[in-house]
Amino acid sequence: MASVSQKVSEEKSQTIVSSTKSVTLRIKRSNPKINSEEKFDEFIVPVESWTTVLDALLDVKSHLDHSIGVRYSCRQASCGSCGMKINGKPALACFTKISELDSNNITVEPMDNFPVVRDLAVNFTRLISNHKKIMPYIVSNDSEVTPGDGVKELLQTPADVEKYIQFSSCIKCGLCNSACPTMAMDTSFVGPQALAQAYRYIADPRDKGKKTRLKIIDESHGIWRCHAAGSCSQVCPKGVDPAMGIQLLRSYLLGIRD
Amino acid sequence: MKESVIMKIHYGTALGAVFLTVIHILMRMTQDFHQSLEYENVLANYEMIGYAILLELLLILISIHGFNGLRVILLEVNQGQTYEKVVSYGCVAAMAILIAYGTRTILMASLGMV
Repeated sequence: MASVSQKVSEEKSQTIVSSTKSVTLRIKRSNPKINSEEKFDEFIVPVESWTTVLDALLDVKSHLDHSIGVRYSCRQASCGSCGMKINGKPALACFTKISELDSNNITVEPMDNFPVVRDLAVNFTRLISNHKKIMPYIVSNDSEVTPGDGVKELLQTPADVEKYIQFSSCIKCGLCNSACPTMAMDTSFVGPQALAQAYRYIADPRDKGKKTRLKIIDESHGIWRCHAAGSCSQVCPKGVDPAMGIQLLRSYLLGIRD
Repeated sequence: MKESVIMKIHYGTALGAVFLTVIHILMRMTQDFHQSLEYENVLANYEMIGYAILLELLLILISIHGFNGLRVILLEVNQGQTYEKVVSYGCVAAMAILIAYGTRTILMASLGMV
């Protein structure tokens, strides 16, 4: 049973001076290296209309509890470091404004389907290894730089780019894998992030690695284990649609498209 | 066998089974529903060679589709090389036994041995 302790800030925040509103931030705490205990700590934090969940977390970390484990970097939804479950839904803390949550109680938990390192920080080993497995690079014998011939461009039409451009926005934040129901059950499933990236490179006309990639994902814990729930696409902060990428990959494997 | 080939069979057997089930249900409409379930009428169905073939095909398609579905579910529930081999071979064996037993029933009924 998770225990709850509440702390109220008496210090003045450095970042928020004129706040008129405050919310209760419940943070799930755990440290699997020490024991299996899980608890929620509660903090009352002042917020403004622009305050993000990450701002609130860092406010707590600065003034109330320095020991909170949270991973973050760019603070602008570019690095994909601060993924977590916010009020039950996977989201980037830096990209989620508290005012948009429409609640005075904000609960933050580590992402599902990832092993917890400590508190809100999770281990990305599985995500990264699956990402590497699908060869996330252009496989081609052509080079843009040829000795003697100088530099040439591997030209693409706007229509060619359109086929894969949205998938290249992936920031490897892991929210799609966290929302995926198959990832929760199947520890060997390759996951929506890697599958969407497989499509990104296969759909790129410069790439020649289609056969190899399709072979990699066409195994017992590969693409066919997707239930088409679509939750991966719903939570993506960059507008990538992994569910659509997976269906397009399936159409290659079923021979519906070349 | 490649997973995509297995899944093509999975989808194909589903479509085939739906098609044959529609014919099977339409055949029930040739008489009152309760009449169609009477012992003599059921046996008479098996004695029609065309209908017996339809039932045999339905048995094969549904067995393949169903046991592959079961295999997929079981592979998601647990992982591990030994477990996966046991599940895959177990499902194929169970499918073969069911088809064999069902075929025996269809043959016996259609040859008037029951």
